[in-house]
Amino acid sequence: MTDLFLSIYNSIPPELLLILIAAAKAFFIIFLVVLPMVSYTVYAERRVSAAMQDRVGPNRTGFPLTLLGFKKDLQLYLGGLGQPIADAMKFILKEDFTPAYVKKFWFWVAPCLAMMPLVTLAFIPFGSTLFGEKMVISDINVGLLGVFAITSLGVYAIVLAGWASNSKYPFLGGIRSTSQMISYELSMGLSLIPILMLLGGLTGGSSKLSDLVNLQADHGWLLLPLWGNGLSLERWLMLIPLGISFVVFTISIFAETNRLPFDMPESETELVAGYHTEYSSMKFALFFLGEYTAMIVGSSMIVVFFFGGWSLPFIPNGSGTAPAFFQSMFGGLYAMVPNWIWGLANITVFFAKVAVVLFCFIWVRWTVPRFRFDQLMKLGWLYLFEIALVNIFITAGILAYIHK
Amino acid sequence: MAYVVPRPELTLKEKAYLPSILNGLKITIGHFIKMMKGETKVTLQYPEEKWDAHLPEHYRGAPTLVRDERGRERCVACQLCEFICPPRAITIKPEEIPSEDKYAKVEKRPQVFDIDMIRCIYCGMCEEVCPEQAIFLRKDYAITGTSRAEMVHDKKKLYELGGVFEGLVHKWNPEK
Repeated sequence: MTDLFLSIYNSIPPELLLILIAAAKAFFIIFLVVLPMVSYTVYAERRVSAAMQDRVGPNRTGFPLTLLGFKKDLQLYLGGLGQPIADAMKFILKEDFTPAYVKKFWFWVAPCLAMMPLVTLAFIPFGSTLFGEKMVISDINVGLLGVFAITSLGVYAIVLAGWASNSKYPFLGGIRSTSQMISYELSMGLSLIPILMLLGGLTGGSSKLSDLVNLQADHGWLLLPLWGNGLSLERWLMLIPLGISFVVFTISIFAETNRLPFDMPESETELVAGYHTEYSSMKFALFFLGEYTAMIVGSSMIVVFFFGGWSLPFIPNGSGTAPAFFQSMFGGLYAMVPNWIWGLANITVFFAKVAVVLFCFIWVRWTVPRFRFDQLMKLGWLYLFEIALVNIFITAGILAYIHK
Repeated sequence: MAYVVPRPELTLKEKAYLPSILNGLKITIGHFIKMMKGETKVTLQYPEEKWDAHLPEHYRGAPTLVRDERGRERCVACQLCEFICPPRAITIKPEEIPSEDKYAKVEKRPQVFDIDMIRCIYCGMCEEVCPEQAIFLRKDYAITGTSRAEMVHDKKKLYELGGVFEGLVHKWNPEK
C-alpha cells in the first residue's frame, strides 16, 4: 500500500505537486477550519453577549426529526451547538429576493466580494511544519504587504453593495464605510512599520510572515520577549513602540472589520441595516459571514504580529525543537513524541490564540457604544494617525540608540 | 433664543477614553464570569421547567365546562356566555332534554358547545356571567394545535378539561 502511494507520489511532476499541496492546505484551512470557525463565532457572539447581558442565549437547537415524520424532535443537550447549522439551513432555504430597481450585476457581485478576507489567509502562517511541509499556503516575501493589499479590497463589497442597492440607507452606509476604511487603513499600515523596522534588523530584511513567527517562536513574542534573544535590552526597549503599535493596530482592526465601536456602515439605529438593507437570504448571509471572516483574519493578524503565531514556548515546532531553555529541560520528552503531533499542536495553539482574540472582539463589542461619525473620523485622523507616525520615530530612535 | 447646553469639562483621564473603556470591560466580564459560575438568576427554561405549581388560584387559563358531583352537566344552555363573550368565541346550540331523562326538569342542555380558542381572550366574563357556575377558567394555558379546526374546543373536550366541580349550585338537585 505504502509503495503504491510512494510510486504515485514520485510520478507527479514537482510543479503539479506544489499546486496540489497548496490546494490541499487551502482546502484544509478554509473548509475544515475557518468556515466552521466563522459559523461558530456567530454562535459564540450570541452566547457571550447573552452571558454579558445576564441572558441565556441560543441553548437548545435540536434535530428536527419531526420533519422526517418522527413523533418527537431529537433533543441533544449540547448547549445549542446545532444553532449554526440551523441558521445556515434557514439562510439557504429563504427566498432570495432581488429588488427591481437595483443595479443587478453589481448587486450580485458585492456579496461575492464580501468573502474576500478569506484570501488574506493565504499569507498567514497557521502552523509550523507538518510532515516537513510549511503550514502557510503561500509564503511570499512580501507577506505583510500582501495582507494589506488584500484586506483593503474588503471595502469594495460594502461600497458596491451600498451603491448597487440604489436606495438611500445602503448608500449612506457605503459612503461611511469607504471613508472609514480608507482612514483607518493608514494608521493600520503605519502601526506595523515598527515591526518591519525591527524585523529588518533581526531576519535580514525579509518580511515573510513565517519568518516573523519563527523569530517569535525562538526569541520571544513581540509583546512577551521572555526567552532566547528576547531578553536583550533592544527587545525590551522595543516593547514601548510595539505596545503603542499593538493598541493602534487593534483599534484599526476593529474599524476595518466594522466591529461595534466603529460599525458605522451598519449602525442599525441610524441606517436601518446599512449596506445590506436590500439583501436577503444567502446574499445577506455572505455579508454576515464575510464580516466574521474579516474578524477571524484580523484576529489571526494580531496573533501573528504580536502574540507569536503558532508558538508556545514549551511546545516545540514541527521539527521537534523548542527554544533553548525548554529544549534543555524537556528535550527527552519532545523526542519521544512523533513530530507530526507537535505540528498539529502548533496549529491548535494558533487557532486557540485566535479564539481568545475573537473573544476579546466580542467582549469589546458588547461593552462599548457606537462612536458618532465625526468622532470616528477625528479619532482616526487626529489621534491614531499621529500616534502611529510618532511611533515610527520612537522606534527609529531606539534602534539607532541600540545599534550606534 | 438659542439655549446653550453646558457641557461638563472632561478631565484628562476622561479625555483619554481608554480607562473608561477598561472599566466597562471589567463590568461586562464580571457579568460573564458570574453567568459562567451560574450565579446569575436567569429566565425560566420553559418547556423543561414550568411554573405551574405557583399559578395563583384566580389564574385565568382556558375556559372549561364542569360537571357536578353526580356527573350531570351543569350548563343549561342559557346562552348568556355566548352573548357576553367579547370576541364571540363561544357557539352554543341548545337542545331540549327528553322527558324520560333523569334530569328532565332542567329542560335545556347544550347540544353543541364550542369555544374557539383562537378567538378566546381569556377575559373570564363567561365565568362571571354564568348563573349555573358551569363554566370556569382553569389553569391550562398551553393551548396549541396544528389547524384551526383543532383549536376549536368542542363540548367533549371542554368537559374533559373541566372535570368535576363540587358544591355551590344546588338549584337543580332533584333531591332537594
